[in-house]
Amino acid sequence: MGANHDDHHHAADPRGRALRLGIGGPVGSGKTALTAALCRTLGPSMRLGVVTNDIYTTEDADFLRRAGVLHPERIVAVQTGCCPHTAIRDDIAANLDAVESLEERFGPLDLVIVESGGDNLTATFSRGLADRQIFVLDVSGGDKVPRKGGPGVTTADLLVVNKTDLAPMVGADLTVMSRDAAAVREGRPVLFTSIREDPSAHAVSEWVTSLVSSWAHEHSGV
Amino acid sequence: MNAALLLLADSRLPAGGHGHSGGAEEAVRIGAIQDLPSLAAFLRGRLATAGLVTAALAAAACELGANGSSPDPETSRSAWVRLDAEADARISSPAQRGASRTQGRLLLRTSRRIWPSPVLDSLAGAVTSGVHHPLALGAVAAVAGCSPAEAALAAAYTSVTGPATAAVRLLGLDPVAVHRLLAELAPALEKVAAAVPTGQVSRSGEGEEAGRPPRSEKSRGSGEAGKSRESGMSWESWESLPAHAAPALDLLAEQHIRADLRLFVS
Repeated sequence: MGANHDDHHHAADPRGRALRLGIGGPVGSGKTALTAALCRTLGPSMRLGVVTNDIYTTEDADFLRRAGVLHPERIVAVQTGCCPHTAIRDDIAANLDAVESLEERFGPLDLVIVESGGDNLTATFSRGLADRQIFVLDVSGGDKVPRKGGPGVTTADLLVVNKTDLAPMVGADLTVMSRDAAAVREGRPVLFTSIREDPSAHAVSEWVTSLVSSWAHEHSGV
Repeated sequence: MNAALLLLADSRLPAGGHGHSGGAEEAVRIGAIQDLPSLAAFLRGRLATAGLVTAALAAAACELGANGSSPDPETSRSAWVRLDAEADARISSPAQRGASRTQGRLLLRTSRRIWPSPVLDSLAGAVTSGVHHPLALGAVAAVAGCSPAEAALAAAYTSVTGPATAAVRLLGLDPVAVHRLLAELAPALEKVAAAVPTGQVSRSGEGEEAGRPPRSEKSRGSGEAGKSRESGMSWESWESLPAHAAPALDLLAEQHIRADLRLFVS
């Protein structure tokens, strides 16, 4: 880094930088699948970077390279020391550093996705790290989960209920989930998906695209 | 006694420290730490080597931060660069040097928002690739109003509490039992903090040696550093700071960074 490098010690300045989108939710709900789907769909039209807090091995990197989702150099892994919720909420230093190093190396970027390590319903992103967040549930986690609430379910900018194809097999009533989610979310958007059946996650991708363009418009740095 | 010391030593300080295990993750993987007695032995060894060195460097940095400000920014910066080089020379393992610089960089960056100060600005400008962790800790301690001995204690403390917490997470050790271990280590922590040199330095006053920046003498009273006590930190004193090496920690660090599955950064 050169002598004039700004070490970003000031609080994050939203002007002229990429939108930081957090993707959280319980283990196995489909965060990684959603991240991959977004990269695949948005990659051609947007400048992307990904920070993952998921356990990331060379096997994962090889898989991503073969799948052609995003160049592995644009995916940074952050080890959370067995504390996935801490790293996105109580002590975001390492994640912020990773996001900024991506912007420095590949910038300017339009979107940086930060994928959390998979935790329970109480783990949400700090506003110091994520500008907006998606919370991913899956139907096999049980159709009572939206009713239970929790900050991820209630306050996330978008709630994604994934694996709808499994609903009949696990006795999950999607109507109940939809109604309960709407009740606790007070009008904030909910999308039902099966990323396995729709690997482009087209509805979520559209939501993200519109978010990125309104973000860019609001924070154009002018 | 200083309340800021508590904030600085607290594991909740949001500077990314929770991601580092100080070698504990690799030690667990190879079976060198598997229960309370082996953890206790690891912590004692770490404290006596890496802990002592980091405490001494933190004290030196605290001293420099409190008294070393020069009206000439180049002089201040070159002092930090020199002390950073002393820290660098005491860490044989490249992986550990990297971890130290990463933690130092994040601590400094976080602390500049918590305790804004031209001293920290100067340090950040001096070592742009990431200052070594004990220097960041010592400089922040100075700015927060702590003494060099307090900075040394904080450095020694975090050198063992980090690995202890990592062992709790990785092995599910009884956290109360682990805290008892730490309580039993407290006298050793205090001994380390008391043993580091703090400003007790002879000053020759003999003019500058060729090729070396001038020794900082009495503080020039810039801003809050208007204390009249002599700084006394000279390059010779830094050269004689402890340099205890721990080859086992070096090897653990080098193995860890090459592991395919890491839950901790270091």
